[in-house]
Amino acid sequence: MLVKVQHEDFDLALVRDYFKQYGAEVGAVVTFTGLVRDFQHQPGDKERVEALTLEHYPGMTESVLTQLAEDAKSRWNLTGVVIIHRVGTLHPGDNIVLVATASAHRQDAFNSCQYIMDTLKTTAPFWKKEETDHGARWVEAKQSDHGEMDKWQASAAPEDQKAN
Amino acid sequence: MINVLFFAKYREQLNMDSLQLDADFSSVQSVIEALKNKGDTWHQVFTQSGLMIAVNQQMAKLNSPLKDGDEVAFFPPVTGG
Repeated sequence: MLVKVQHEDFDLALVRDYFKQYGAEVGAVVTFTGLVRDFQHQPGDKERVEALTLEHYPGMTESVLTQLAEDAKSRWNLTGVVIIHRVGTLHPGDNIVLVATASAHRQDAFNSCQYIMDTLKTTAPFWKKEETDHGARWVEAKQSDHGEMDKWQASAAPEDQKAN
Repeated sequence: MINVLFFAKYREQLNMDSLQLDADFSSVQSVIEALKNKGDTWHQVFTQSGLMIAVNQQMAKLNSPLKDGDEVAFFPPVTGG
């Protein structure tokens, strides 16, 4: 498993290279990439997001992400997990987060990748601050993100999912 | 001694990223009560909804117990990803 919090950009080629170590055990790889978007922007808005600064809690962030990867491995049959999250100043269009899961079969890879992202959004100690042409503001957490995570807590036990 | 950390919006509102409390505290709640008494801004930060707490870098609750040397962090709801 590979977990990193970094300022530098990442390239998706790293996923292929990292999972190579598992050889022919891997039958499915799912990757999710989150990008910075001008997410408050609505047509007609005068305010534009020019940059985003991501703050985190060094130490805790890495341990939460590592624990999350372990959780996913206990819920699904996974060969490997990659989680990379960027911090610092980013601009619209920049990569912000990468989650990749490798498994023998696609269903475990799809489900675990979504589980990791949904859980990361509400439990990993990162905070976004938007720099707009009208000043800076902290992004407020969305209730819908908690709904996405609750869905997983209410879902079937791991053994049932592995049987599918 | 308890080492207290603040992140994101709270760090800016309190104009401080950390402080040390020298007294003994039995729980997170008792730390919050002490911090609330430091002034209006402190009171305001610690009565906001959505306050998240970590003790020694693990998510914690108001009634989580504390011991000497613990690290307690306060932060608003997270917005990564």
